[in-house]
Amino acid sequence: MMARIRKIFRSQKVITICSMVLGILIIIAIFAPWIAPNDPIAVNLVYKLQPPSWEFPLGTDHLGRCNLSRILYGTRISLGFAMLIFISSLSIGLILGTFSGYRGGWIDHALMRFCDGILAFPNLILILGLVGIFGPGLKQVIIAIMLVQWVYYARMFRGMVLSLKEHNFIAAAKISGSSQWKIIKNHIVPNVLPPLVVMGTLEMGWAIMDISAMSFLGLGVQAPTPEWGAMIHEGKSYIRTNPEIMLYPGLVIMLVIVTFNLLGEALSDRYSIKRRF
Amino acid sequence: MSLLQVKEVTHSYGSRSIFNWKDRSKKVLSDISLSIEEGTCLGLLGRSGAGKSTLGKVILGLERPQNGQILFQGHDIYTADNHTRKKIRRDLQVVFQDSYSSVNPRMTAERIIAEPLENYEKLTVAEQKRTIIELLERVGLSEEDLKKYPHEYSGGQLQRINIARAISLKPKLIVLDECVSSLDMVTQTLILELLRELKEDFGLSYFFITHDIKSAYTISDTLGVLEKGELVELYGSKNQFFTSEHPVVKEMRGSILSEHPRYRSVRTREKHPKSV
Repeated sequence: MMARIRKIFRSQKVITICSMVLGILIIIAIFAPWIAPNDPIAVNLVYKLQPPSWEFPLGTDHLGRCNLSRILYGTRISLGFAMLIFISSLSIGLILGTFSGYRGGWIDHALMRFCDGILAFPNLILILGLVGIFGPGLKQVIIAIMLVQWVYYARMFRGMVLSLKEHNFIAAAKISGSSQWKIIKNHIVPNVLPPLVVMGTLEMGWAIMDISAMSFLGLGVQAPTPEWGAMIHEGKSYIRTNPEIMLYPGLVIMLVIVTFNLLGEALSDRYSIKRRF
Repeated sequence: MSLLQVKEVTHSYGSRSIFNWKDRSKKVLSDISLSIEEGTCLGLLGRSGAGKSTLGKVILGLERPQNGQILFQGHDIYTADNHTRKKIRRDLQVVFQDSYSSVNPRMTAERIIAEPLENYEKLTVAEQKRTIIELLERVGLSEEDLKKYPHEYSGGQLQRINIARAISLKPKLIVLDECVSSLDMVTQTLILELLRELKEDFGLSYFFITHDIKSAYTISDTLGVLEKGELVELYGSKNQFFTSEHPVVKEMRGSILSEHPRYRSVRTREKHPKSV
Protein backbone atom coordinates (compact mmCIF):
# COMPACT_ATOMS: atom_id res chain seq x y z
CA MET A 1 0.00 0.00 0.00
CA MET A 2 2.63 2.52 1.06
CA ALA A 3 4.83 1.44 -1.83
CA ARG A 4 2.01 2.03 -4.27
CA ILE A 5 1.27 5.47 -2.91
CA ARG A 6 4.94 6.31 -3.15
CA LYS A 7 5.00 5.13 -6.75
CA ILE A 8 1.99 7.23 -7.73
CA PHE A 9 3.52 10.17 -5.93
CA ARG A 10 6.77 9.82 -7.81
CA SER A 11 5.19 9.48 -11.26
CA GLN A 12 2.53 12.17 -10.80
CA LYS A 13 4.22 14.62 -8.47
CA VAL A 14 2.42 17.77 -9.55
CA ILE A 15 -1.00 16.20 -9.70
CA THR A 16 -0.61 14.57 -6.28
CA ILE A 17 0.65 17.69 -4.55
CA CYS A 18 -2.00 19.92 -6.11
CA SER A 19 -4.77 17.46 -5.30
CA MET A 20 -3.52 17.29 -1.74
CA VAL A 21 -3.56 21.07 -1.38
CA LEU A 22 -7.05 21.19 -2.86
CA GLY A 23 -8.19 18.35 -0.63
CA ILE A 24 -6.94 20.21 2.42
CA LEU A 25 -8.72 23.38 1.27
CA ILE A 26 -11.98 21.50 0.78
CA ILE A 27 -11.66 19.94 4.24
CA ILE A 28 -11.03 23.39 5.67
CA ALA A 29 -14.08 24.73 3.87
CA ILE A 30 -16.30 21.98 5.23
CA PHE A 31 -14.95 21.95 8.80
CA ALA A 32 -14.26 25.67 9.16
CA PRO A 33 -16.41 26.08 12.33
CA TRP A 34 -14.42 23.38 14.11
CA ILE A 35 -10.97 24.35 12.92
CA ALA A 36 -11.20 28.13 13.31
CA PRO A 37 -9.90 29.30 16.70
CA ASN A 38 -12.24 32.30 16.93
CA ASP A 39 -15.54 33.65 15.68
CA PRO A 40 -14.76 35.28 12.29
CA ILE A 41 -17.29 38.09 12.63
CA ALA A 42 -17.11 38.87 16.34
CA VAL A 43 -15.97 42.50 16.64
CA ASN A 44 -13.74 43.27 19.59
CA LEU A 45 -12.12 46.67 19.41
CA VAL A 46 -9.99 45.98 22.48
CA TYR A 47 -7.92 43.54 20.47
CA LYS A 48 -7.70 45.56 17.27
CA LEU A 49 -4.58 45.22 15.08
CA GLN A 50 -2.91 42.70 17.35
CA PRO A 51 0.34 41.00 16.33
CA PRO A 52 0.29 37.18 16.08
CA SER A 53 -0.23 35.47 19.42
CA TRP A 54 -1.44 32.09 20.66
CA GLU A 55 -4.98 33.36 20.80
CA PHE A 56 -4.84 34.99 17.35
CA PRO A 57 -2.27 33.01 15.31
CA LEU A 58 -2.24 35.52 12.45
CA GLY A 59 -3.13 38.59 14.46
CA THR A 60 -6.32 40.62 14.20
CA ASP A 61 -7.71 43.21 11.82
CA HIS A 62 -8.89 46.77 12.46
CA LEU A 63 -12.05 45.54 14.19
CA GLY A 64 -10.26 42.98 16.34
CA ARG A 65 -11.42 39.97 14.32
CA CYS A 66 -9.16 36.95 14.09
CA ASN A 67 -7.42 36.94 10.68
CA LEU A 68 -6.87 33.20 10.59
CA SER A 69 -10.51 32.42 11.34
CA ARG A 70 -11.64 34.82 8.64
CA ILE A 71 -9.35 33.21 6.08
CA LEU A 72 -10.54 29.73 7.03
CA TYR A 73 -14.18 30.73 6.74
CA GLY A 74 -13.43 32.60 3.52
CA THR A 75 -12.45 29.29 1.90
CA ARG A 76 -16.10 28.31 1.94
CA ILE A 77 -17.22 31.23 -0.15
CA SER A 78 -14.32 31.45 -2.57
CA LEU A 79 -13.97 27.75 -3.28
CA GLY A 80 -17.65 26.84 -3.09
CA PHE A 81 -18.87 29.60 -5.34
CA ALA A 82 -15.99 29.22 -7.76
CA MET A 83 -17.06 25.62 -8.18
CA LEU A 84 -20.66 26.66 -8.61
CA ILE A 85 -19.68 29.15 -11.31
CA PHE A 86 -17.48 26.57 -13.00
CA ILE A 87 -20.15 23.88 -13.14
CA SER A 88 -23.00 26.14 -14.17
CA SER A 89 -21.14 28.06 -16.87
CA LEU A 90 -19.66 24.82 -18.18
CA SER A 91 -23.14 23.33 -18.45
CA ILE A 92 -24.60 26.35 -20.24
CA GLY A 93 -21.60 26.45 -22.57
CA LEU A 94 -21.80 22.72 -23.23
CA ILE A 95 -25.48 22.80 -24.14
CA LEU A 96 -25.39 25.91 -26.31
CA GLY A 97 -21.98 25.24 -27.87
CA THR A 98 -22.76 21.64 -28.79
CA PHE A 99 -26.17 22.55 -30.14
CA SER A 100 -24.79 25.44 -32.14
CA GLY A 101 -21.89 23.46 -33.57
CA TYR A 102 -23.90 20.39 -34.39
CA ARG A 103 -26.87 22.10 -35.99
CA GLY A 104 -25.00 24.83 -37.81
CA GLY A 105 -26.97 27.18 -40.03
CA TRP A 106 -28.39 30.52 -38.95
CA ILE A 107 -28.79 29.48 -35.29
CA ASP A 108 -25.07 28.86 -35.16
CA HIS A 109 -24.34 32.19 -36.82
CA ALA A 110 -26.63 34.16 -34.53
CA LEU A 111 -25.31 32.53 -31.38
CA MET A 112 -21.68 32.90 -32.32
CA ARG A 113 -22.00 36.55 -33.31
CA PHE A 114 -23.60 37.15 -29.92
CA CYS A 115 -20.64 35.40 -28.27
CA ASP A 116 -18.23 37.50 -30.33
CA GLY A 117 -20.00 40.58 -29.07
CA ILE A 118 -19.54 39.54 -25.47
CA LEU A 119 -15.95 38.50 -26.04
CA ALA A 120 -15.17 41.91 -27.48
CA PHE A 121 -15.39 43.45 -24.00
CA PRO A 122 -12.88 42.85 -21.25
CA ASN A 123 -14.25 40.29 -18.85
CA LEU A 124 -14.09 42.40 -15.73
CA ILE A 125 -15.84 45.39 -17.30
CA LEU A 126 -18.77 43.26 -18.37
CA ILE A 127 -19.09 41.72 -14.92
CA LEU A 128 -18.90 45.18 -13.41
CA GLY A 129 -21.60 46.39 -15.76
CA LEU A 130 -23.88 43.48 -14.97
CA VAL A 131 -23.35 43.89 -11.23
CA GLY A 132 -24.17 47.55 -11.75
CA ILE A 133 -27.50 46.51 -13.25
CA PHE A 134 -28.28 43.78 -10.72
CA GLY A 135 -27.01 45.69 -7.70
CA PRO A 136 -24.17 44.65 -5.40
CA GLY A 137 -24.25 41.36 -3.52
CA LEU A 138 -22.72 37.91 -3.68
CA LYS A 139 -25.63 36.33 -5.55
CA GLN A 140 -25.62 39.02 -8.20
CA VAL A 141 -21.85 38.71 -8.65
CA ILE A 142 -22.11 34.95 -9.12
CA ILE A 143 -24.85 35.34 -11.72
CA ALA A 144 -22.90 38.06 -13.51
CA ILE A 145 -19.71 35.98 -13.70
CA MET A 146 -21.71 32.98 -14.87
CA LEU A 147 -23.39 35.01 -17.63
CA VAL A 148 -20.02 36.13 -18.92
CA GLN A 149 -18.06 32.93 -18.45
CA TRP A 150 -20.28 30.53 -20.41
CA VAL A 151 -19.39 32.31 -23.62
CA TYR A 152 -15.83 30.99 -23.47
CA TYR A 153 -17.04 27.45 -22.97
CA ALA A 154 -19.64 27.73 -25.71
CA ARG A 155 -17.00 28.89 -28.17
CA MET A 156 -14.61 26.13 -27.24
CA PHE A 157 -17.27 23.42 -27.30
CA ARG A 158 -18.51 24.63 -30.65
CA GLY A 159 -15.04 24.51 -32.17
CA MET A 160 -14.44 21.02 -30.90
CA VAL A 161 -17.83 19.79 -32.08
CA LEU A 162 -17.14 21.22 -35.51
CA SER A 163 -13.87 19.34 -35.86
CA LEU A 164 -15.40 16.20 -34.39
CA LYS A 165 -18.32 16.33 -36.80
CA GLU A 166 -15.96 15.71 -39.70
CA HIS A 167 -14.85 12.38 -38.30
CA ASN A 168 -16.20 9.33 -39.97
CA PHE A 169 -17.53 7.80 -36.79
CA ILE A 170 -20.27 10.42 -36.70
CA ALA A 171 -21.23 9.45 -40.26
CA ALA A 172 -20.98 5.79 -39.30
CA ALA A 173 -23.29 6.39 -36.34
CA LYS A 174 -25.82 8.08 -38.61
CA ILE A 175 -25.64 5.12 -40.95
CA SER A 176 -26.06 2.77 -37.99
CA GLY A 177 -29.42 4.42 -37.47
CA SER A 178 -28.62 6.45 -34.36
CA SER A 179 -30.77 9.48 -33.72
CA GLN A 180 -29.28 12.96 -33.45
CA TRP A 181 -29.79 12.97 -29.72
CA LYS A 182 -28.03 9.64 -29.38
CA ILE A 183 -25.10 10.81 -31.49
CA ILE A 184 -24.71 13.92 -29.34
CA LYS A 185 -25.00 11.91 -26.14
CA ASN A 186 -22.78 8.96 -27.08
CA HIS A 187 -20.28 10.35 -29.53
CA ILE A 188 -19.97 14.08 -29.19
CA VAL A 189 -20.24 14.91 -25.49
CA PRO A 190 -17.89 12.12 -24.28
CA ASN A 191 -15.26 13.37 -26.70
CA VAL A 192 -15.45 17.10 -25.98
CA LEU A 193 -16.00 17.06 -22.23
CA PRO A 194 -12.76 15.60 -20.80
CA PRO A 195 -10.34 18.08 -22.41
CA LEU A 196 -12.58 20.94 -21.37
CA VAL A 197 -12.90 19.81 -17.78
CA VAL A 198 -9.13 19.92 -17.69
CA MET A 199 -9.17 23.44 -19.08
CA GLY A 200 -11.89 24.21 -16.60
CA THR A 201 -9.53 23.73 -13.69
CA LEU A 202 -7.65 26.72 -15.07
CA GLU A 203 -10.90 28.65 -15.19
CA MET A 204 -11.54 27.91 -11.52
CA GLY A 205 -8.59 30.13 -10.69
CA TRP A 206 -10.16 32.91 -12.74
CA ALA A 207 -13.50 32.50 -11.04
CA ILE A 208 -11.87 32.86 -7.62
CA MET A 209 -10.05 35.96 -8.84
CA ASP A 210 -13.25 37.44 -10.22
CA ILE A 211 -15.17 36.88 -6.99
CA SER A 212 -12.31 38.36 -5.01
CA ALA A 213 -11.97 41.29 -7.38
CA MET A 214 -15.66 42.11 -7.08
CA SER A 215 -15.46 41.84 -3.32
CA PHE A 216 -12.37 44.04 -3.34
CA LEU A 217 -14.34 46.69 -5.21
CA GLY A 218 -17.03 46.41 -2.57
CA LEU A 219 -19.57 44.93 -4.97
CA GLY A 220 -19.49 41.29 -4.00
CA VAL A 221 -19.50 39.94 -0.50
CA GLN A 222 -20.91 42.49 1.94
CA ALA A 223 -19.33 43.73 5.12
CA PRO A 224 -19.06 41.22 7.94
CA THR A 225 -18.97 38.07 5.80
CA PRO A 226 -15.40 36.81 5.58
CA GLU A 227 -14.13 36.51 2.01
CA TRP A 228 -10.56 36.86 0.78
CA GLY A 229 -11.14 39.69 -1.66
CA ALA A 230 -13.28 41.55 0.81
CA MET A 231 -10.56 41.13 3.47
CA ILE A 232 -8.01 42.73 1.17
CA HIS A 233 -10.50 45.50 0.51
CA GLU A 234 -10.99 46.15 4.21
CA GLY A 235 -7.29 45.96 4.93
CA LYS A 236 -6.18 48.44 2.32
CA SER A 237 -6.55 51.45 4.61
CA TYR A 238 -3.94 49.91 6.92
CA ILE A 239 -1.41 49.01 4.25
CA ARG A 240 1.26 51.32 5.76
CA THR A 241 0.95 50.27 9.36
CA ASN A 242 -0.37 46.70 9.16
CA PRO A 243 0.25 45.26 5.68
CA GLU A 244 -0.27 41.69 6.95
CA ILE A 245 -4.06 42.17 6.95
CA MET A 246 -3.85 42.31 3.17
CA LEU A 247 -0.91 39.98 2.86
CA TYR A 248 -2.46 36.81 4.30
CA PRO A 249 -5.60 36.63 2.16
CA GLY A 250 -3.52 37.67 -0.83
CA LEU A 251 -1.15 34.79 -0.25
CA VAL A 252 -4.02 32.34 0.07
CA ILE A 253 -5.59 33.53 -3.19
CA MET A 254 -2.22 33.13 -4.84
CA LEU A 255 -1.79 29.63 -3.45
CA VAL A 256 -5.21 28.51 -4.67
CA ILE A 257 -4.82 29.97 -8.14
CA VAL A 258 -1.32 28.59 -8.58
CA THR A 259 -2.58 25.20 -7.44
CA PHE A 260 -5.45 25.22 -9.90
CA ASN A 261 -3.25 26.33 -12.76
CA LEU A 262 -0.57 23.74 -12.09
CA LEU A 263 -3.20 21.05 -11.71
CA GLY A 264 -4.91 22.06 -14.94
CA GLU A 265 -1.64 22.04 -16.80
CA ALA A 266 -0.56 18.67 -15.40
CA LEU A 267 -3.95 17.12 -16.10
CA SER A 268 -4.00 18.32 -19.68
CA ASP A 269 -0.51 16.90 -20.21
CA ARG A 270 -1.58 13.63 -18.73
CA TYR A 271 -4.99 13.09 -20.31
CA SER A 272 -4.96 14.70 -23.71
CA ILE A 273 -2.88 12.25 -25.71
CA LYS A 274 -4.77 9.00 -25.56
CA ARG A 275 -6.31 9.37 -28.97
CA ARG A 276 -4.97 8.71 -32.37
CA PHE A 277 -6.59 11.49 -34.28
CA MET B 1 -35.18 -4.39 -60.67
CA SER B 2 -31.72 -3.39 -59.63
CA LEU B 3 -30.89 -3.15 -55.97
CA LEU B 4 -29.56 0.35 -56.31
CA GLN B 5 -30.04 2.80 -59.12
CA VAL B 6 -28.28 6.11 -59.43
CA LYS B 7 -30.11 8.35 -61.84
CA GLU B 8 -28.54 11.43 -63.37
CA VAL B 9 -26.95 12.62 -60.16
CA THR B 10 -25.32 16.04 -60.23
CA HIS B 11 -23.72 17.64 -57.23
CA SER B 12 -21.46 20.56 -56.45
CA TYR B 13 -19.81 22.02 -53.38
CA GLY B 14 -19.60 25.56 -52.12
CA SER B 15 -22.26 28.20 -52.37
CA ARG B 16 -22.86 31.90 -52.43
CA SER B 17 -22.70 33.86 -49.22
CA ILE B 18 -23.04 37.51 -48.19
CA PHE B 19 -19.40 38.23 -48.94
CA ASN B 20 -19.24 36.08 -52.01
CA TRP B 21 -21.72 37.14 -54.60
CA LYS B 22 -20.17 35.24 -57.41
CA ASP B 23 -21.20 31.64 -57.64
CA ARG B 24 -17.99 29.75 -56.95
CA SER B 25 -19.47 26.34 -56.51
CA LYS B 26 -17.38 23.52 -57.85
CA LYS B 27 -19.02 20.71 -59.68
CA VAL B 28 -17.97 17.36 -58.27
CA LEU B 29 -20.45 15.02 -59.89
CA SER B 30 -22.11 15.54 -63.20
CA ASP B 31 -24.89 13.44 -64.57
CA ILE B 32 -23.94 10.09 -63.08
CA SER B 33 -26.11 7.09 -63.77
CA LEU B 34 -25.32 3.56 -62.74
CA SER B 35 -26.93 0.58 -61.11
CA ILE B 36 -25.93 -2.29 -58.86
CA GLU B 37 -27.57 -5.68 -59.13
CA GLU B 38 -28.25 -7.82 -56.10
CA GLY B 39 -25.31 -9.99 -55.07
CA THR B 40 -22.77 -8.23 -57.27
CA CYS B 41 -19.97 -5.83 -56.69
CA LEU B 42 -19.54 -2.63 -58.63
CA GLY B 43 -16.01 -1.30 -58.49
CA LEU B 44 -15.55 2.41 -59.00
CA LEU B 45 -12.10 3.48 -60.08
CA GLY B 46 -10.86 7.00 -60.18
CA ARG B 47 -8.00 9.25 -59.24
CA SER B 48 -7.89 11.33 -56.09
CA GLY B 49 -10.43 14.10 -56.25
CA ALA B 50 -12.46 12.49 -59.00
CA GLY B 51 -15.58 12.58 -56.82
CA LYS B 52 -15.61 8.91 -55.84
CA SER B 53 -16.18 9.47 -52.13
CA THR B 54 -18.79 12.13 -52.78
CA LEU B 55 -20.71 9.65 -54.88
CA GLY B 56 -20.39 7.20 -51.98
CA LYS B 57 -21.80 9.76 -49.56
CA VAL B 58 -24.63 10.58 -51.92
CA ILE B 59 -25.54 6.91 -52.17
CA LEU B 60 -25.39 6.50 -48.40
CA GLY B 61 -27.84 9.33 -47.91
CA LEU B 62 -25.35 11.59 -46.16
CA GLU B 63 -25.17 14.26 -48.84
CA ARG B 64 -28.26 15.24 -50.73
CA PRO B 65 -27.42 15.69 -54.42
CA GLN B 66 -28.55 18.85 -56.17
CA ASN B 67 -30.10 16.91 -59.00
CA GLY B 68 -30.98 13.33 -59.68
CA GLN B 69 -32.28 10.39 -57.73
CA ILE B 70 -30.92 7.49 -55.73
CA LEU B 71 -33.32 4.58 -55.88
CA PHE B 72 -32.81 1.77 -53.42
CA GLN B 73 -35.09 -1.13 -54.20
CA GLY B 74 -37.26 1.31 -56.05
CA HIS B 75 -37.53 3.89 -53.24
CA ASP B 76 -35.94 7.30 -53.57
CA ILE B 77 -33.85 7.50 -50.40
CA TYR B 78 -34.04 11.27 -50.10
CA THR B 79 -37.79 11.61 -50.46
CA ALA B 80 -38.91 8.42 -48.73
CA ASP B 81 -41.07 8.74 -45.62
CA ASN B 82 -39.43 8.15 -42.26
CA HIS B 83 -40.51 4.56 -41.97
CA THR B 84 -39.15 3.54 -45.36
CA ARG B 85 -36.01 5.54 -44.80
CA LYS B 86 -35.32 3.75 -41.56
CA LYS B 87 -35.73 0.44 -43.35
CA ILE B 88 -33.39 1.51 -46.14
CA ARG B 89 -30.83 2.71 -43.58
CA ARG B 90 -30.66 -0.77 -42.25
CA ASP B 91 -29.90 -2.32 -45.62
CA LEU B 92 -27.29 0.25 -46.57
CA GLN B 93 -24.04 0.18 -44.63
CA VAL B 94 -20.54 1.54 -44.99
CA VAL B 95 -16.86 0.87 -44.31
CA PHE B 96 -14.61 3.92 -44.59
CA GLN B 97 -10.96 4.19 -45.47
CA ASP B 98 -9.60 5.59 -42.23
CA SER B 99 -10.40 2.89 -39.72
CA TYR B 100 -9.30 5.01 -36.76
CA SER B 101 -11.57 7.92 -37.41
CA SER B 102 -14.47 5.58 -38.17
CA VAL B 103 -14.75 4.50 -34.56
CA ASN B 104 -15.32 6.52 -31.45
CA PRO B 105 -11.99 6.43 -29.56
CA ARG B 106 -13.80 6.24 -26.24
CA MET B 107 -15.81 3.12 -27.01
CA THR B 108 -14.83 -0.51 -26.70
CA ALA B 109 -15.18 -2.87 -29.65
CA GLU B 110 -18.28 -4.29 -28.01
CA ARG B 111 -20.02 -0.93 -27.85
CA ILE B 112 -18.94 -0.03 -31.37
CA ILE B 113 -20.51 -3.13 -32.84
CA ALA B 114 -23.50 -2.90 -30.52
CA GLU B 115 -24.57 0.49 -31.82
CA PRO B 116 -26.50 -0.60 -34.93
CA LEU B 117 -27.89 -3.61 -33.06
CA GLU B 118 -29.27 -1.38 -30.31
CA ASN B 119 -30.95 0.80 -32.90
CA TYR B 120 -32.63 -1.93 -34.86
CA GLU B 121 -32.77 -5.21 -33.01
CA LYS B 122 -34.41 -5.47 -29.65
CA LEU B 123 -32.09 -8.06 -28.17
CA THR B 124 -31.53 -9.00 -24.56
CA VAL B 125 -28.12 -8.26 -23.07
CA ALA B 126 -26.99 -11.88 -23.35
CA GLU B 127 -28.27 -12.27 -26.91
CA GLN B 128 -26.61 -9.08 -27.99
CA LYS B 129 -23.31 -10.13 -26.49
CA ARG B 130 -23.52 -13.48 -28.21
CA THR B 131 -24.30 -11.83 -31.53
CA ILE B 132 -21.34 -9.51 -31.14
CA ILE B 133 -18.99 -12.40 -30.33
CA GLU B 134 -20.28 -14.28 -33.38
CA LEU B 135 -19.66 -11.21 -35.53
CA LEU B 136 -16.16 -10.78 -34.15
CA GLU B 137 -15.35 -14.40 -34.86
CA ARG B 138 -16.84 -14.07 -38.31
CA VAL B 139 -14.40 -11.29 -39.19
CA GLY B 140 -11.44 -13.14 -37.71
CA LEU B 141 -11.22 -11.64 -34.22
CA SER B 142 -11.98 -13.30 -30.92
CA GLU B 143 -13.93 -12.83 -27.74
CA GLU B 144 -10.91 -11.33 -26.00
CA ASP B 145 -11.17 -8.32 -28.28
CA LEU B 146 -14.55 -7.38 -26.85
CA LYS B 147 -13.30 -4.99 -24.20
CA LYS B 148 -10.45 -3.38 -26.09
CA TYR B 149 -10.35 0.26 -27.15
CA PRO B 150 -9.54 1.39 -30.71
CA HIS B 151 -6.00 2.51 -29.88
CA GLU B 152 -5.16 -1.04 -28.85
CA TYR B 153 -5.83 -2.38 -32.34
CA SER B 154 -3.82 -2.29 -35.51
CA GLY B 155 -5.32 -0.71 -38.62
CA GLY B 156 -6.25 -4.06 -40.13
CA GLN B 157 -7.92 -5.32 -36.96
CA LEU B 158 -9.86 -2.11 -36.61
CA GLN B 159 -11.02 -2.39 -40.20
CA ARG B 160 -12.31 -5.85 -39.30
CA ILE B 161 -14.32 -4.27 -36.49
CA ASN B 162 -15.71 -1.74 -38.94
CA ILE B 163 -16.69 -4.60 -41.22
CA ALA B 164 -18.31 -6.42 -38.30
CA ARG B 165 -20.35 -3.30 -37.54
CA ALA B 166 -21.35 -2.99 -41.19
CA ILE B 167 -22.55 -6.59 -41.48
CA SER B 168 -24.19 -6.71 -38.04
CA LEU B 169 -27.63 -5.87 -39.43
CA LYS B 170 -27.28 -8.21 -42.42
CA PRO B 171 -27.55 -5.37 -44.94
CA LYS B 172 -28.06 -5.73 -48.67
CA LEU B 173 -25.51 -3.20 -49.88
CA ILE B 174 -22.24 -2.08 -48.32
CA VAL B 175 -20.38 0.95 -49.59
CA LEU B 176 -16.67 0.24 -49.25
CA ASP B 177 -15.04 3.63 -49.47
CA GLU B 178 -11.32 2.96 -50.06
CA CYS B 179 -11.65 0.44 -47.28
CA VAL B 180 -8.36 -1.36 -47.98
CA SER B 181 -6.35 1.53 -49.36
CA SER B 182 -4.56 2.44 -46.15
CA LEU B 183 -3.57 -1.12 -45.27
CA ASP B 184 -0.43 -2.99 -46.17
CA MET B 185 -0.40 -5.47 -49.05
CA VAL B 186 -0.81 -8.63 -46.99
CA THR B 187 -3.61 -7.20 -44.88
CA GLN B 188 -5.28 -5.88 -48.01
CA THR B 189 -5.40 -9.35 -49.47
CA LEU B 190 -6.75 -10.80 -46.23
CA ILE B 191 -9.48 -8.19 -45.93
CA LEU B 192 -10.46 -8.58 -49.58
CA GLU B 193 -10.64 -12.32 -49.04
CA LEU B 194 -12.87 -11.76 -46.01
CA LEU B 195 -15.11 -9.40 -47.95
CA ARG B 196 -15.47 -11.94 -50.74
CA GLU B 197 -16.45 -14.67 -48.28
CA LEU B 198 -18.99 -12.41 -46.61
CA LYS B 199 -20.45 -11.55 -49.98
CA GLU B 200 -21.02 -15.23 -50.70
CA ASP B 201 -22.36 -16.00 -47.22
CA PHE B 202 -24.81 -13.16 -46.85
CA GLY B 203 -25.57 -12.46 -50.49
CA LEU B 204 -24.21 -8.94 -50.11
CA SER B 205 -23.72 -6.37 -52.80
CA TYR B 206 -20.79 -4.01 -52.70
CA PHE B 207 -20.10 -0.58 -54.03
CA PHE B 208 -16.33 -0.71 -53.99
CA ILE B 209 -14.69 2.69 -54.26
CA THR B 210 -10.95 2.64 -54.84
CA HIS B 211 -8.04 4.05 -56.73
CA ASP B 212 -6.25 0.73 -56.67
CA ILE B 213 -6.85 -1.15 -59.90
CA LYS B 214 -5.65 -4.47 -58.54
CA SER B 215 -7.99 -4.61 -55.58
CA ALA B 216 -10.88 -3.37 -57.70
CA TYR B 217 -10.17 -6.11 -60.21
CA THR B 218 -9.94 -8.74 -57.48
CA ILE B 219 -13.33 -8.10 -55.93
CA SER B 220 -15.53 -6.49 -58.55
CA ASP B 221 -17.92 -8.01 -61.04
CA THR B 222 -18.55 -4.79 -62.90
CA LEU B 223 -16.35 -1.72 -63.12
CA GLY B 224 -16.85 1.98 -63.57
CA VAL B 225 -14.30 4.71 -64.12
CA LEU B 226 -14.84 8.18 -62.73
CA GLU B 227 -12.80 11.14 -63.90
CA LYS B 228 -13.38 14.75 -62.83
CA GLY B 229 -16.91 14.01 -61.72
CA GLU B 230 -17.89 12.22 -64.88
CA LEU B 231 -18.48 8.55 -65.30
CA VAL B 232 -16.34 8.03 -68.37
CA GLU B 233 -16.69 4.29 -68.69
CA LEU B 234 -18.94 1.61 -67.24
CA TYR B 235 -18.24 -2.01 -68.01
CA GLY B 236 -20.57 -4.93 -67.66
CA SER B 237 -17.56 -7.14 -67.24
CA LYS B 238 -14.40 -6.11 -65.49
CA ASN B 239 -12.19 -7.55 -68.21
CA GLN B 240 -13.35 -4.87 -70.59
CA PHE B 241 -11.23 -2.48 -68.57
CA PHE B 242 -8.15 -4.00 -70.13
CA THR B 243 -9.31 -3.65 -73.69
CA SER B 244 -10.82 -0.19 -73.46
CA GLU B 245 -9.29 2.49 -75.61
CA HIS B 246 -10.51 5.48 -73.59
CA PRO B 247 -7.53 7.80 -72.90
CA VAL B 248 -8.26 8.03 -69.15
CA VAL B 249 -8.42 4.27 -68.87
CA LYS B 250 -5.29 3.84 -70.93
CA GLU B 251 -3.45 6.21 -68.68
CA MET B 252 -4.65 4.29 -65.62
CA ARG B 253 -3.59 1.01 -67.13
CA GLY B 254 -0.21 2.45 -67.94
CA SER B 255 0.35 3.29 -64.29
CA ILE B 256 0.01 -0.29 -63.10
CA LEU B 257 3.40 -1.42 -61.89
CA SER B 258 4.71 -4.75 -62.96
CA GLU B 259 5.58 -7.25 -60.27
CA HIS B 260 9.15 -7.15 -61.36
CA PRO B 261 10.86 -3.79 -61.84
CA ARG B 262 12.74 -5.05 -64.87
CA TYR B 263 9.54 -5.52 -66.81
CA ARG B 264 8.12 -2.18 -65.89
CA SER B 265 6.97 -0.76 -69.16
CA VAL B 266 9.05 2.27 -69.92
CA ARG B 267 7.06 2.80 -73.06
CA THR B 268 3.80 3.61 -71.31
CA ARG B 269 5.55 6.02 -69.01
CA GLU B 270 7.09 7.88 -71.87
CA LYS B 271 3.80 8.03 -73.61
CA HIS B 272 2.20 9.90 -70.73
CA PRO B 273 4.96 12.06 -69.37
CA LYS B 274 2.55 14.46 -67.68
CA SER B 275 0.61 11.87 -65.76
CA VAL B 276 1.44 12.54 -62.17
